Amino acid sequence: MDKKLQPILGKLEKEFGGAASEYRGDVSLVIPAERIVAACQQVHALGFELLSALTAVDYWPEERPRFHIIYQFTSVSMNLVLTLRVPLPGINPSLPTVSHLYRNANWRERELWDMFGIKFQGHPDLRRILMPADWEGHPLRKDYPLGYEEPQFTFNFEEIDLRKPYAKE
Amino acid sequence: MPDIQEITVDDLKHLVSERAIQGETVLLNMGPQHPSTHGVLRLLLELDGEIVVNCIPDIGFLHTGIEKNMEAKTYAKAEVMSDRLDYMNTVGNNLAYSLAVEKLVDLDVPPRAQAIRVILTELQRFASHLVWLGTSALDLAAMSMFLYCFREREYILDVMEMCSGQRMMTTYIRPGGLWRDVPVEFEAAVREILKTFPRRVDEYEALLTRNPLMLDRTYGIGKLTGEECLNFGVTGPMLRASGVKWDLRKDRPYSGYELYDFTVPTRTEGDVYARYLVRLEEMRQALKIVQQALDKLPMGPVRSNNHKYVPPPRSEIGVSMEALIHHFKLWTEGFEAPQGAIYSAVESPRGELGVYLESDGGPKPYRIHWRTPSFDNLQSLPLMSKGVLVADLVAIIGSVDIVLGDVDR
Amino acid sequence: MGVEQKLGNMGIATTTLEQAVAWSRTNAMWPLLFGLACCAIEMMSAQAAHYDMSRFGMELMRPSPRQSDLMIVAGRVSRKMAPVLRRLYDQMPEPKWVISMGDCASCGGVFNNYAIVQGVDEVVPVDVYVAGCPPRPEALIHGVLMLYDKVRGMKFAEGKK
Repeated sequence: MDKKLQPILGKLEKEFGGAASEYRGDVSLVIPAERIVAACQQVHALGFELLSALTAVDYWPEERPRFHIIYQFTSVSMNLVLTLRVPLPGINPSLPTVSHLYRNANWRERELWDMFGIKFQGHPDLRRILMPADWEGHPLRKDYPLGYEEPQFTFNFEEIDLRKPYAKE
Repeated sequence: MPDIQEITVDDLKHLVSERAIQGETVLLNMGPQHPSTHGVLRLLLELDGEIVVNCIPDIGFLHTGIEKNMEAKTYAKAEVMSDRLDYMNTVGNNLAYSLAVEKLVDLDVPPRAQAIRVILTELQRFASHLVWLGTSALDLAAMSMFLYCFREREYILDVMEMCSGQRMMTTYIRPGGLWRDVPVEFEAAVREILKTFPRRVDEYEALLTRNPLMLDRTYGIGKLTGEECLNFGVTGPMLRASGVKWDLRKDRPYSGYELYDFTVPTRTEGDVYARYLVRLEEMRQALKIVQQALDKLPMGPVRSNNHKYVPPPRSEIGVSMEALIHHFKLWTEGFEAPQGAIYSAVESPRGELGVYLESDGGPKPYRIHWRTPSFDNLQSLPLMSKGVLVADLVAIIGSVDIVLGDVDR
Repeated sequence: MGVEQKLGNMGIATTTLEQAVAWSRTNAMWPLLFGLACCAIEMMSAQAAHYDMSRFGMELMRPSPRQSDLMIVAGRVSRKMAPVLRRLYDQMPEPKWVISMGDCASCGGVFNNYAIVQGVDEVVPVDVYVAGCPPRPEALIHGVLMLYDKVRGMKFAEGKK
């Protein structure tokens, strides 16, 4: 672990509880969902200007927590990286937005709404970004099917051919 | 066949200004099929005559579901999909994926493989900047640049084809090293490139850098300060043109970049012209890195010896029992990664390309997320395009250097 | 044959009307600028100086569908893009042809999932499929020449549908 990261981690651990864990050189800290905006403000004040990544992991069929939201911060001035993880339950998952602090969280949170169905309170413009606006379902959840189409071999060529919607002129 | 969704002004009331609702300004659709949007990007422009009041990007027309599809394939098979994300930087995507897998399973890479990875990645950076230069100059009506740049690119694609058999989607860089060693003609071909390309870059500079038409169209257009860039998550040449010196190859080096001596070009103006100059200088620096890497190329193996993750050479399979067992396991089930999550980032020609990889102990990635640079770079477009003419907007889109495969994944 | 012998070298060429129409259609077939993804880069390479496509009549790509007669669908078509593709196809005037370039446009390619249309012939009728991921520029030119053969073999009435 980088020596410069120790005092920063100490401050965050004292304020938000929990202990930092390290895996292959990556340091991550678990933050409860209600305190994420305060945590991001603190991290921003400590010198982490760049929100590198904002993504989510779905642990279905585990229900508590079902989602883990991952915030990845980079400090350009101090050359450090830090990860924050926020656990969320599966029923009506929602978080306060951080798009007023880090402007690129705007589209990243829209992508999480589109792909996982996680609502962000206070977001100025929460609508679908990657899928068509009238799509149903949230594709990256683990209970959403892949949409795999069976490949046509010679033995099943005709029956799949009849099901495929070919274009008329 | 679903119909195209018609969006009216009411749906976008919160995004457009008051004047659009009163009908004073026009809402124009710069649609997904357009010669200047560099791919399938849809822009909703609110125009007051020729001046852009608001610009609302609408993305997702190239969404491929790569992240979900990779969860259904083993680690070795999923790499094939990584080429097709940012299709200008195919070797770089493979490098990002391989570094992430190597970090997750703690795999070593021999130094010869690292040096060849650097050579191919820098050649790919040069090729990507060539396409940027050709297409954005084409948008500014410098049509011959397009032909020159694609002529140069053919030499680099010849080198890629020589190594891996494919011009673009090579999948040559794999976890643990490379697919196979480079052929004997590789060194001569790369030296030929190093001999002729610096003069060609000088020709492009002579054509464009002090051209009054180029200066009129790009100087002072689309300014972004360093702080705004960082707040928007913008990385890469756009960030460096706004004064912030942050390059992952220098600041968080990977794959042996700390052994090579090169400069990171930065400028302070932050406009389209500064980005042009930064990328042009990066092309020269890429050639410098390739020169050093090729001169210092060490001998040795190109794949790791850890046959739990890397297939053994075919010649060993006939004589060694362990080699046969490893080969069988890797081809049927694939290797298993330990449980844990990592984030690993490389510097692509567009910015920070990061991979968040989480494993649950199985042979397939449980969750892989690609932090692609163009997604964040594009978010700064509405800010840059307030109050510019439509022709300037075309120049700004060219300078952001987006690749829609990167944005939509 | 007999007419040419009698008329001699008077500067008159004789042919059938269908051959004349096919000659004019194939010698200046302008494609619509419809590159979507990676195959678009290979299409641009085919248009550039090394593998020149203007030898075969495709001097320029028209951005407007009203002015083009060939649509080369180069790249993966997502579900959001499919209605746009159909609308552009409907806007092209007759006679029109479609080349499906690359694996993703022909059959869904590497991506067998919820987001990609499995073969662009679910959306528009296709004349020539060019395989490859991405196909080499020479493969695309081979596909174009195959389309020219098909156009020359067409009877006049087949153009209207």
